[in-house]
Formats: sequence, structure tokens, C-alpha cells
Amino acid sequence: MKLIWLIAIGGCIGATARFCLANKVKPINDFPLSTLLVNVIGSFLLGFFSGAVLNSTIALLVGTGILGSFTTFSTLKVEIVSLLDQKKWRTAFFYMAVSYIGGIVLAFGGYALGAFFSS
Amino acid sequence: MNYIAVGIGGMAGSVLRYLIGLYTIELWHGGFPYGTFIVNVTGALILGFLTGWQYGKKLPSYIVSGLGTGFIGSFTTFSALSLETVQLIDTSPLTALLYVVLSSVIGLFMAFFGLLLGKNSSRKDTV
Repeated sequence: MKLIWLIAIGGCIGATARFCLANKVKPINDFPLSTLLVNVIGSFLLGFFSGAVLNSTIALLVGTGILGSFTTFSTLKVEIVSLLDQKKWRTAFFYMAVSYIGGIVLAFGGYALGAFFSS
Repeated sequence: MNYIAVGIGGMAGSVLRYLIGLYTIELWHGGFPYGTFIVNVTGALILGFLTGWQYGKKLPSYIVSGLGTGFIGSFTTFSALSLETVQLIDTSPLTALLYVVLSSVIGLFMAFFGLLLGKNSSRKDTV
């Protein structure tokens, strides 16, 4: 039961931080910059924290709770569909490619950095 | 008010994601990250539906941001998808590729389908 509350608190922090950023960072030429930023930054941080091998309490609070909620998949998909709907093919493709490649590469980089610091 | 709604939605979404993750591990012990995959594609469908359904309606902004940004935004996750892919590349590169391609394609299809479904049911409401 205690674990659920850790995730709930983390989820509250992560979602609110994502909302703050979405209100501050506006799309540039319809490019959804704020979702891209949360997703790549969150991927890097999740990589870092799992590379650093934290205890399970912090892993749930920070990993599953905060970073899990800070990043989002559903918004990314709806934004791509909306770009395709406006026939902005190149922006849609670029957005998708940068999100996936950036997310995976940064998660890897974060993991390596976390492992380096903890060793 | 919007911030409070997003915070509460975020709590519910992340807890639900965690619980679904736990149950899927019990159901399928396997190399494929079913938990994240399931929350992400269903979340894409639901957010698509909500977006289509609320289009043209004047709903209070705290409901829209609480449900969409807060609840569904936190229910789905991108960081876990990235990290799981990195971990899979190590053990089974083919599964990693399959995971990314399936998430991407099915997620996109679900969002598209949800949007259509939402727009249609919204039209029925107003008629």
C-alpha cells in the first residue's frame, strides 16, 4: 500500500511538471517541441537512474512515478496523427524519428553515465 | 484549478500503469515488455477518442487537462519504452526492433482510430 502512494506522489509531480513545460514551451511551426523535450529528457533521466542502480523505493518514486508520468506516449501519437491530418508529412516524420531515436540514444547515454557514476 | 486537476489525474494514471504492469508480469513472464506496450496503445486510443470527442465542445479546461494531460498523459509513458528498448538491444535485438515498430505503428493506428471514433460519437451527441 505504501508503494502505491510513492507512485501516486511521483505521478502527481511528473504530470504537473509536464503540464508546466507545455504551458511555457509553445510549438514552433506546429512542431510539438514541449512533448519532444519531456520525452527525451525523461528517457535520459530514467536511463541514468536505472544505470545508477538505486534502491527499489527511490526507483518506484522517481522511475515509475515521476519520470513515467513526466514522459508521455499518448500525446506523442495524437500529435503525429494531427500533423498527418494537416498534411504536414515532413514535420510528422521528423517529429516521430527524433522522438524515437533521441529517446533511445539518450536512454542509453543516461544508463552508461549512471553506471559510470555508481561504479 | 488546471494544475490541481493535472496533478490528481497524474496520480491516478501512474498508479493504474503500475498495477497493469504488475498484473501483466504475472500473466506473461517473457522477454516482451507487455505492460508498457498495453498501457501505451490503449492510452493512445483513449486520448485520440477524448480529443475527437471534445472537439468543438466547450468543456471546462480543467476537465480537458485533468483527463487528457493528467490522467492519460501519465498512464502512458515514453521513458520506459526507451529504456526497455535499450535493455532489449542487449539481450535480443530483434525483440527490441519489434517492440519499437509495433509500439509506433499500432500506437499511431490506435490514436487515429480513437480520433475518428470520438468525432463520430461527438456528432451523434449534438444531433
